[in-house]
Amino acid sequence: MNPVRLTGRLALAATGGTGRIAIFAGRGLAGILPLQAGLLFRQIIQIGWLSLPVVGLTALFTGAALALQIHSGGERFQASDVVPAIVAIGMVRELGPVLGGLMVAARVASAIAAELGTMRVTEQIDALVTLSTDPLKWLVAPRLWAAVLTVPILVGVGDLVGIMGGWLVGVNALGFNSATYIANSWAYLESWDVISGLIKGAAFGFLVALSGCWFGMNAGLGAAGVGRATTNAVVVASVAILAANFILTGLFFR
Amino acid sequence: MSALISVRGARKSFGSKQVLAGLDLDLAEGESLVVIGGSGSGKSVLLRAILGLETLDSGQVLCRAKPMQGRVRDDFMDSFGMLFQNAALFDSLPIWRNVAFRLLGRMPAAKARALAIEKLDRVGLGPEVADLFPAELSGGMRKRAGLARAIAASPKVIFFDEPTTGLDPIRAATINELIRSILDESGVSAITITHDMTSVRTIADRVALLDHGQIRWQGPVARMDDAKDDYLRDFIAGRARPMARNTEPG
Repeated sequence: MNPVRLTGRLALAATGGTGRIAIFAGRGLAGILPLQAGLLFRQIIQIGWLSLPVVGLTALFTGAALALQIHSGGERFQASDVVPAIVAIGMVRELGPVLGGLMVAARVASAIAAELGTMRVTEQIDALVTLSTDPLKWLVAPRLWAAVLTVPILVGVGDLVGIMGGWLVGVNALGFNSATYIANSWAYLESWDVISGLIKGAAFGFLVALSGCWFGMNAGLGAAGVGRATTNAVVVASVAILAANFILTGLFFR
Repeated sequence: MSALISVRGARKSFGSKQVLAGLDLDLAEGESLVVIGGSGSGKSVLLRAILGLETLDSGQVLCRAKPMQGRVRDDFMDSFGMLFQNAALFDSLPIWRNVAFRLLGRMPAAKARALAIEKLDRVGLGPEVADLFPAELSGGMRKRAGLARAIAASPKVIFFDEPTTGLDPIRAATINELIRSILDESGVSAITITHDMTSVRTIADRVALLDHGQIRWQGPVARMDDAKDDYLRDFIAGRARPMARNTEPG
C-alpha cells in the first residue's frame, strides 16, 4: 500500500478511536446522574475496599525495600541519615500512586473487563438495552466514579503503610531511633507532595476503570474474546498509568 | 389489521457478507409471527435491527407507520418484552429482581417483588426461586424466569429469540405451550425467531421463511404444509440440501 495512504489510514483510525473512547468516557462520567447510590456503593466496595490488602502489602514491602536501598546507597556519600525523608517523599510522590495504581490495574481492570465482557457475550448488555436501561449509566458510570473516588484513598493508605514499612526496617535493621525516624519522615514532607500523589491516584483510578469498561463493553465473541479483553484492559491500563505518571509529574514538579 | 411493526427495505452487511438484502416484513396487531430460516439466514440480525441493537445500512423499521426513532422508539422500548436465547438474566441480581427489573423504578420494591412472584408463578416457578441467583437454576428454569421477565411489565409486543434452544423435547414443548397460552390470554403481538418446527406449529399464526436476507415465503401457519416452495418443504421435513461453500452462517 502507498505509504502516504497507509499513514493517513493509521492517523484516521487513531483519531477515530481516541474520539470514541473520549465520548465513551464523557458519557460514562455524566451517567452518574441521577445518582444510584446502591450501584456506586457496591463498586466502591469492589474496587476500593477489596483492593486494600494488595495495595497495603505492596506499599509495605516497597517502603521497606526503599529504606534498605537508600541506606545502602546513601552510605557511599555519608548520607544514610536521609533515609526517612527520602522514603517518605518517594512513597507519597511516586511509588505510592504508581504502584498502588498498577496493583489496582491488575486486580480491578481485569475484573471489570471480565465481568462486562461476559455480560456482553451472554447478551446481558443487550437485555439491559431492551429493558430501557442505558448500560453506560448502569454499568460504566458507577465503576468510573468508584475508581476515581477510592483510588486516592488507597494511595493515601499506601503512602502511610509504605512509610511504616521504611520505619520498621529503619528502626529494626538500620539502627534508627524510632522518634527521630518519624520526625525526619515528616520534616521534609510538604503538603503538595501528598496532594499531588492523591491527584495522581484519582487519574490512575479513572484510567484503570475506563480501560476495564472499554475493553469489557467491546469484548469479542466467546471465551477468547473475553480473555483478550481482560488482557488488553490490564496492559493498556498499566501503560496508561506509567505514561500519565510521567506527564503529571512533569506538570506538577517542573 | 394495521401493522404494529414494519420493516422496509432492510439491508445489512458485515464486511463482504450481506445478511439482510432489502427485506420487507410486517407484524400485525395481536398477531404471532414466527420467522424461520437456516442458521445465518439473518433471523437474529433482523430481530436485533427491530430492537435497535443493530443499525441498518439502509431501510427502516416503522412502528404504526412512524419511523422507530426519538419518542416513538422510547415509547416502543417501554412497551415490549424480550426472551433471549439463553435468557440473559443478570448474574448479579436474584431472580425476583431480574423479573421486576423494569418495574423497580416505577413502584415500591415490595410491590415489585410481589408482582415478580406472581409472574414467576405464571410460568410455573414457585416463590422459593425468587431469592435464588440465575447460576443456581437449570437451563429450563432460567428460560422460564426470562419469560417471566419478558411479560412482567404487561408488554404490547414480545420477542422470542430461539425460545427452545438447549432444552430437551419435553421442556421445549412446555415452553412452547406456555408461550402460546400467554399470547392467547394477553392478546399481545409476538415475533419469534426459531428453526424448531414444533415451536412454529405451536406458537405461530403466520410464518415467514428467511433465506439469504430476504423473505422467501410467508403465510398462515395452516398453509405452510401446502406451500410449493422447495426450500420450505425441505426445511419442514428436515431434508438435507447441498450447501454453497462458505455460506455457513455466523
